Amino acid sequence: MIGFIRKASIVGSIAALSLALGGCEIGPKQSDQLGYRGTGMQQVNNPARKIPAAVIPAKPYDLPADLGPPASVTYKNVQVLGNVKTEEFNLLMAQMNQWIAPPEQGCAYCHNPENMAEDGKYTKIVARRMLQMTQQINSRWSNHVKQTGVTCYTCHRGNVVPVNKWAVKEGAMSPTSITGNRFGQNAPDVDTSYASLPNNAFSTYFQGKSMIRVQGNSALPQANHVVSTKDAEKTYGLMMHMSSALGVNCTFCHNTDAFSSWSNSRPQRVGAYYGIRMVRDINEGYINGLASVMPANRKGPLGDPYKTNCLTCHQGQNKPLGGVSMIAQAPSLRGPIGPSGSYGVEPTALPAEVGDAIAPTNAGMMPATAAGAAAVEAGPKKSAPAH
Amino acid sequence: MARYQNIFTQVQLRGPAEMGPPLPRGSYPRIGKPGFSWLMGKIGNAQIGPIYLGGLGTASLVCGLLAFEIIGLNMFASVGWNPVQFVRQLFWLSLEPPGPEWGFRAIVPLNQGGWFIITGFFFSASVMLWWARTYLRARELGMGTHVAWAFLSAIWLMAVLGFIRPLMMGSWAEAVPYGIFPHLDWTAAFSIRYGNLFYNPFHCLSIVFLYGSVLLFAMHGATILAVGRYGGEREIEQITDRGTASERAALFWRWTMGFNASMESIHRWAWWFAVLTTLSGGIGILLTGTVVDNWYLWAVEHNYAPAYPTTGVVDPATLPGATP
Repeated sequence: MIGFIRKASIVGSIAALSLALGGCEIGPKQSDQLGYRGTGMQQVNNPARKIPAAVIPAKPYDLPADLGPPASVTYKNVQVLGNVKTEEFNLLMAQMNQWIAPPEQGCAYCHNPENMAEDGKYTKIVARRMLQMTQQINSRWSNHVKQTGVTCYTCHRGNVVPVNKWAVKEGAMSPTSITGNRFGQNAPDVDTSYASLPNNAFSTYFQGKSMIRVQGNSALPQANHVVSTKDAEKTYGLMMHMSSALGVNCTFCHNTDAFSSWSNSRPQRVGAYYGIRMVRDINEGYINGLASVMPANRKGPLGDPYKTNCLTCHQGQNKPLGGVSMIAQAPSLRGPIGPSGSYGVEPTALPAEVGDAIAPTNAGMMPATAAGAAAVEAGPKKSAPAH
Repeated sequence: MARYQNIFTQVQLRGPAEMGPPLPRGSYPRIGKPGFSWLMGKIGNAQIGPIYLGGLGTASLVCGLLAFEIIGLNMFASVGWNPVQFVRQLFWLSLEPPGPEWGFRAIVPLNQGGWFIITGFFFSASVMLWWARTYLRARELGMGTHVAWAFLSAIWLMAVLGFIRPLMMGSWAEAVPYGIFPHLDWTAAFSIRYGNLFYNPFHCLSIVFLYGSVLLFAMHGATILAVGRYGGEREIEQITDRGTASERAALFWRWTMGFNASMESIHRWAWWFAVLTTLSGGIGILLTGTVVDNWYLWAVEHNYAPAYPTTGVVDPATLPGATP
């Protein structure tokens, strides 16, 4: 009897221990100090789970010396890239083949091989809109994508539709039922890193202009700041997505003793601020408008096209593709091309100095200002394996 | 002698079960045929039962069971009555309070949080009935009512979280959901919404008393076990004698740190620390959102939070041409 109990308790302890430690990652961690000492601002990385460097596709071929006339002269129905020189236009088409189209279909994935100028396939309509979108991202949203820029490959990575995408979720509740309302939360959902937090943050915050901020700007309650704890849960759900999509902790941007304080935050938070607005612009200005041309298999359960979030580009890295810039391969994606063939028209809505003054160009450890430099000096940077 | 240094109780009594004195006329009977458990005897008294439930205990269990069932069935319904998913997702499932659009209305549609309000009623009734039971059982045994008042302190924190604060905020949405992960995520979101609860001084006090309770429990438990070889568990009967376990225990602490609690006062220490944990915690929760909206800013204003050097980052929403 005693022997049995002893054996049973040993087996039970091992089972309980493995259950309790099941979520742990074995092995040493890398911990880097990101902010002022004593604030717990550090990035913890597991070297064993480091995302391998992305394979950057080589340029399909080198451009000849003579780029030829503008594409609009050579081809018919060139609506976006008309001012791009013919050879460059051809190269970009080859690159879109390489980055997006299924190899067995090639050009025919978007074009009618009998008449390349024809707009018969929906994929061509979408591709044209995506070219405009990419130019918009690289020109207007340079305060998020910096000079690194984006190409089709940043998101597509060889797939016709980027792997990471979202659409408005189907509500599980029947409107006549007295039970079953999950309030858009309390389900193990990858969008919130499997927290029980609200998992419909994308449809709330990645389109439209819903307020993400929840903390008040004054110590005492104000009549004009009525924000429920439930709103904080929703924001929290969004932040869990951002954190996991970028592979970083909260403290990559925030000083967690005061999440809302900008003067305690890192410059990366400014980049994230513009990133959220950029994603809204992409989803509302470019993707939702394609609902009428998209077939059902490119739409979610409620009939809206699949849209972007942080993970679409970032894919677990705080800089997509590990920070490698591919824009030099396809300079016509820098922005709307003027009649002279010059790339990158000046940003229209946001003054250029807005992004540049506050966000460091390297988006790395170094703070943008002298005050920030003093702060890091006071708290020496330290890199040591966690205990 | 080494037997007293074992983590398990070494001595177990066997004999006719102790049934207790007869109950007054008109009482419910004590129920359950007493038995002996060798395993339970390792960690406590080997005799199991009988138990006195009485009217209050029965009513409390009924109300508690109703609350438990409403929560469980709502969770079950939320996975489409799928038993496999119910087990797999159990830690995520929840019964949520009504949304902010319902304010603090008494009548809310069932699928919009009405079940939550009903559950809160039965849960509170169950806990209050059980409280009355602890009070009356103590009186019946001729004891003081210390257990009941300590329990009431915990009920205070529960009532503040689930009823009093939502009432003062005018919104059921401020209440804590009934769910395992959901109530933890609620706690974190609550702290974030109100500017970091760690800067709430009553939260600090509550933590002091909580950790203090743990420390006192460890000190007292260790002291009594350490004098077990002299019969230290018979604390009170030894209190006036020299050379006893009691005196050795007292001298240990006096000679270690200059001061010692007495065999009586150490229990007063422990009782107050435990009671003040939830009492001060409840005050801290009650002040959050009603009196103070952002504890960090409040702490900065009262020179209570450290001011770190600015990183030089400016809110981009305040710059010209910003999108909201």
